[in-house]
Amino acid sequence: MLFDLSSTPIAVDFLRQGMMSQDCGGFVAFEGWVRDYNEGKAVLRLEYEAYAELAILEGRRIIHEALDQFPIKDVRSVHRVGLLDLKEVAVWVGVSAIHRGEAFDACRYVIDEIKSRVPIWKKEFFADGTTAWTRCQNCAGDIGNK
Amino acid sequence: MSPPEPLVRQVRLRYFAILREHAGISCEERETTSTTVEELYGEIKEEKGFDLEKEFIRVACNGDFVDLDCSLADGDEIVFIPPVAGG
Repeated sequence: MLFDLSSTPIAVDFLRQGMMSQDCGGFVAFEGWVRDYNEGKAVLRLEYEAYAELAILEGRRIIHEALDQFPIKDVRSVHRVGLLDLKEVAVWVGVSAIHRGEAFDACRYVIDEIKSRVPIWKKEFFADGTTAWTRCQNCAGDIGNK
Repeated sequence: MSPPEPLVRQVRLRYFAILREHAGISCEERETTSTTVEELYGEIKEEKGFDLEKEFIRVACNGDFVDLDCSLADGDEIVFIPPVAGG
């Protein structure tokens, strides 16, 4: 498993345990959490929807890019799909390396690329009863408003 | 001599997220005379009333990303990908 989708809570401790290695001096993990507000509005929960086949293909490409570009030992990532409550882990990225610097750099690369390239969408459910697909709301004809 | 009939292609469309909600369906088979995915998006956008301009979408054909000017072939599975927001 290099990159995968999960419809159940991400087993963070299990993932970390699976990457422990005596030839690595550092491990960096990023967790994206469900936050209770966005753009000034109170958020109650989120829903992630994925185009699963392509999300996994593109996610694994990103992992391989990180392995090619950074001198790291291992890198893995899991992204949630489905309904998530506040404080749940939406995405997890873990990187192990001989030295910490490369692990930080690779972790940043992977999460940034996942957010911009992998076909996963986030729907926010607000406290005022409205919902919104993040990043899709201002993509109508008014290009200047994007 | 009359011009040749435009070639009709049978394609399968899958919809996700905001486009799935706007279309009211997750997938459909349709016949189209569009020759590129860009032309097909124009056709679908008009029919379904999508307000997402083509500048904001990416397209997948048969499970991988393609450019908007990619030619359509009979049997293609096309997905129009609205702006992604993982993480």
